[in-house]
Amino acid sequence: MAQIFHRSTNTLSRVTIFGAVFMIGFVLWVIGGIVRSPYATDQGIAREQPVPFSHQHHVAGLGIDCRYCHTSVETSNFAGIPPTATCMNCHAQIWTSADMLEPVRASYSTGKPIVWSRVHRLPDFVHFNHSIHVAKGIGCATCHGRIDKMALTYQASPLTMQWCLDCHRNPERFVRPRDQVFNMAYVALNQEQIGPKLVHEYNIQSLTACSTCHY
Amino acid sequence: MATEQVPIHEVRPVTQELKIPARFIPQPVLEPGHTYSSITDHISSIVLRRKMPLIWYVGMGLSTILFLVLLAAIGQLIIVGVGIWGINHPVAWGFDILNFVWWIGIGHAGTLISAILLLLRQEWRTSINRFAEAMTLFAVASAGLYPALHTGRPWYDFWLFPYPNTMTLWPQFRSPLIWDVFAVSTYATVSFLFWYTGLIPDLATLRDRANSFFGRKIYGMLALGWRGSAKHWYRYESAYLLLAGLSTPLVLSVHTVVSFDFAVAQLPGWHSTFFPPYFVAGAVYAGFAMVLTLAIPFRKIFKLEDFITIKHLENMGKVMLATGMIVFYSYCMEAFFAFYSGNVFEKYMYLNRATGPYWKMFAMLIICNGLAPQLMWFKRLRTSAFWLFVTAQFVNVGMWLERFVIIPTSLHRDFLPSSWGMYHGTRWDWSMFIGSIGLFLFLLFLFVRFLPMISIFEMRTLVPEAHPIADEPTVEKAI
Repeated sequence: MAQIFHRSTNTLSRVTIFGAVFMIGFVLWVIGGIVRSPYATDQGIAREQPVPFSHQHHVAGLGIDCRYCHTSVETSNFAGIPPTATCMNCHAQIWTSADMLEPVRASYSTGKPIVWSRVHRLPDFVHFNHSIHVAKGIGCATCHGRIDKMALTYQASPLTMQWCLDCHRNPERFVRPRDQVFNMAYVALNQEQIGPKLVHEYNIQSLTACSTCHY
Repeated sequence: MATEQVPIHEVRPVTQELKIPARFIPQPVLEPGHTYSSITDHISSIVLRRKMPLIWYVGMGLSTILFLVLLAAIGQLIIVGVGIWGINHPVAWGFDILNFVWWIGIGHAGTLISAILLLLRQEWRTSINRFAEAMTLFAVASAGLYPALHTGRPWYDFWLFPYPNTMTLWPQFRSPLIWDVFAVSTYATVSFLFWYTGLIPDLATLRDRANSFFGRKIYGMLALGWRGSAKHWYRYESAYLLLAGLSTPLVLSVHTVVSFDFAVAQLPGWHSTFFPPYFVAGAVYAGFAMVLTLAIPFRKIFKLEDFITIKHLENMGKVMLATGMIVFYSYCMEAFFAFYSGNVFEKYMYLNRATGPYWKMFAMLIICNGLAPQLMWFKRLRTSAFWLFVTAQFVNVGMWLERFVIIPTSLHRDFLPSSWGMYHGTRWDWSMFIGSIGLFLFLLFLFVRFLPMISIFEMRTLVPEAHPIADEPTVEKAI
């Protein structure tokens, strides 16, 4: 009886079996990479906005405080997106005919808010509260990065749960004095010393129970 | 040896003169008259012939319909969610875990037959092990549906496994539910490897005997290049024995872990230290009942009475009786613990089980698992395929009822009377259950169509030619 399989089947089947192990490993590695990449997290991707607002210009260039626009950051879950009126406080006086600001003027005259495109999007099942983080000495730049250097706003952090827990498990590595929260350029030279001290002083708990954020 | 050698009949009188009663003469595990080739021909022809008996088409058709019911139930579950099931406060664990435990239990006979009886050199396992192992695999497949689907979002089921994720979270390793994931996935893997390893020599036989081009190719690929050389056999025997060693603890561990789902909880009716042995015995009991349920019709349909003899059926009946007695003893102990504990909740739970709104379930349970297996004390019933089949049906139902009695009746009367409620499976619960039976039978009918349901090469070791000296002890041995 003739052979059912050609001689090469031996090699082929060995290559297939060993190859399958590596292929499965490779596919899992690729999936692991994709879910951590900006493709999945949107980290570092500037979104298109109706007006190309530059934090770099307004914060670094003009020295406007975060709270001038994001008024509720110290008292509320939500930091607050300024109404058009806040823009017009200045832009009623300066750059009054700039083409770039046409949507702002249109919004002001019609009363229809500008539809900004949200940059930091958390899933619906997560609750985040700005005021408690600010009150416990977590700086804006810790999560939002050097917003004073962003010509167009993008998400500086991956916003994965791993990233949240990195801080919730070790708050002493990230906490800063309360008076430095809104300082974009703050750099702690002796975090090892002041971190645990501030954690104690501000009574910061390492909250990692599920219901801390998922409630 | 200094003494003169004497003929064997002077050392041991020949049996005929003793007039040994028929019941003491061991029954054969293979009917006489078979040779190597008659065994191979008979078993392989079931798979290689073109047409199956009519009843196979009927069975396959019916199980396909039931399988479609399962697919519909799964579709509805994914579209709507677990709200279509009867589970709600206070009975949050219903048909899903009930059927899971039922199916997992059924699988246990396969592992017991293939591993423990192999290590104990019980020859009678040979003709039923392939079949029982396949049954194990399909039962685990049916069981696996429930934990996978009860999450309501089965596409997230990989969350059950510990893997490096962007949440830096591990599953709760202190929960028996994660132990379940490991126990069952290990069980499925080892059972599959064991079954497949045992199939390889037979797949090679089918490859050599197949007439069609695709048959030769497909069986050839599945046979992994088996040529039956001494080296192959040597490796095969080592691998098979190792796998048997690996499977042996699984017989005990899997259902022990499943019982922890309940025993670790602080709930009267569940919180019992004797759950593991009780569950393991129940699993073997249910498993043998299912093997009988399937073996009795299949040996008839495919004319396998020579291979699956009445001796096999009787032995399985005995195992059913023994494990059934352990199970019934456990029921008695449950009652005893409840009263001996002096705990009002424990006592109430037991009284409520037996006399509460679910008393009918309890009564049926006692009939099915307490009384029905007692029939197996009688040799006439134990050696009758009909009565074995009837008893096995009682056991199948009884073991399902047992899980029903354990799960909803412990939950439905909470510690606070304000939280009391009733539980009933909805039509989707029932469709899912019936559908999982459909899946099981569907796979089983495919199995008997495409793979040898009895191990051909192991059966060949049972013909007299395979033991040229075993039945004639030498004089030295006799003395």
